[in-house]
Amino acid sequence: MGKPDFRTPMSRARGLGAAHHGAAEWLSNGLMAAALVPLTLWMVFAVLRLAQLDYYGAVQWIRSPVNVSLMVLTVVIAFAHMHHGMRVVIEDYVHQRLGKLGAVALSLFVSGLAGALTVFSILKVALGGA
Amino acid sequence: MVEFRLPRNSRITGGKHFPAPAGAGKVKTFKVYRYDPDSGQNPRWDTYDVDTSQCGPMVLDVLIHIKNTMDPTLTFRRSCREGICGSCAMNIAGRNTLACIHGHDECPGDKVAISPLPHMPVVKDLVPDLTLFYAQYASVEPWLHTETPEPQKEWRQSPEDREKLDGLYECILCACCSTSCPSYWWNQEKYLGPAALLHAYRWIIDSRDEATGERLDDLEDPFKLYRCHTIMNCAQVCPKGLNPAKAIAEVKKMLADRVV
Ligand code: SF4
Ligand code: SF4
Ligand code: FES
Repeated sequence: MGKPDFRTPMSRARGLGAAHHGAAEWLSNGLMAAALVPLTLWMVFAVLRLAQLDYYGAVQWIRSPVNVSLMVLTVVIAFAHMHHGMRVVIEDYVHQRLGKLGAVALSLFVSGLAGALTVFSILKVALGGA
Repeated sequence: MVEFRLPRNSRITGGKHFPAPAGAGKVKTFKVYRYDPDSGQNPRWDTYDVDTSQCGPMVLDVLIHIKNTMDPTLTFRRSCREGICGSCAMNIAGRNTLACIHGHDECPGDKVAISPLPHMPVVKDLVPDLTLFYAQYASVEPWLHTETPEPQKEWRQSPEDREKLDGLYECILCACCSTSCPSYWWNQEKYLGPAALLHAYRWIIDSRDEATGERLDDLEDPFKLYRCHTIMNCAQVCPKGLNPAKAIAEVKKMLADRVV
């Protein structure tokens, strides 16, 4: 048996009240998931294409404004989506306050760092003098 | 963290075995969850070999037969015995349903497990504590909210608008859906659960209600509403054939309509 809880059931049910947000996140997450479908297909096509080219051909291909933009877009959306997914899982399963905050922060850091590194690498090839 | 193992005092041990009387006709074995918090003992599975030729066709008939002829200490809730009061909701052969409208010959296997609705505190045996569940229902203020002075006769509604309440008003608040929902298991202090959300939608969609916006305001929350991940267990188990997941999706759509 836990400690007795003298709060009324209604007080428990109402809790801290509504945060009055969530709709925009829900929408943007759905949009991101939808956008990833064509972008991933394009990515598969891109990888197959790149595999056929030699080094200089590949660099030329990445330097095309359309290709580099689509690549950066895919990476940014994928890592944002990854963080959002991780956050939902953490909020579902981790209930201690500090553990939860720490895990969400870690997820943001890992996704953010991985995303930044990838975008920077793409831009380095696309803009650099290699 | 979420607890994947039951706490020490909730782990279920083997229990007593009640054999069928000599000369019994059609015997089927039922494994029933027994728990008495006052005894200080862990819950246990008692097994009853029931002569099903001696009782009615439903699982509730089996439980009544056990209580009357084999073990008067067995505790469960029931009232209408026709699927309308919601009292006899329990987990039968791994599925939440109403004992009074679930035939015992529909249960697969030769040992049928019967336990209380999952992930709720247990009052005794098959009786769960649904206090929070009912409070969550009350928290969506399930009655008509209006500011316009009350009309002389009645609040009018077109047949088309009335139709929108079908598939919602039939809910008997048995809690089969909410207690089958993993999101509700892990976060029931913050997530309202499918039953309360279905009722929230029932009033949001009611053309006579004047508090639609406030009702949506009160639901827009990452936990109260958006913990629903469309797992669909709720729609699978509802003994009245309702679809809380769809009602929740409609609320999400309406909230999205407010921002774009
Ligand atoms: S929606 Fe169905 S399962 Fe849920 S409480 Fe209502 S009747 Fe029971
Ligand atoms: S659809 Fe939503 S409410 Fe229904 S079981 Fe799944 S998470 Fe729970
Ligand atoms: S006894 Fe009323 S629903 Fe089963």
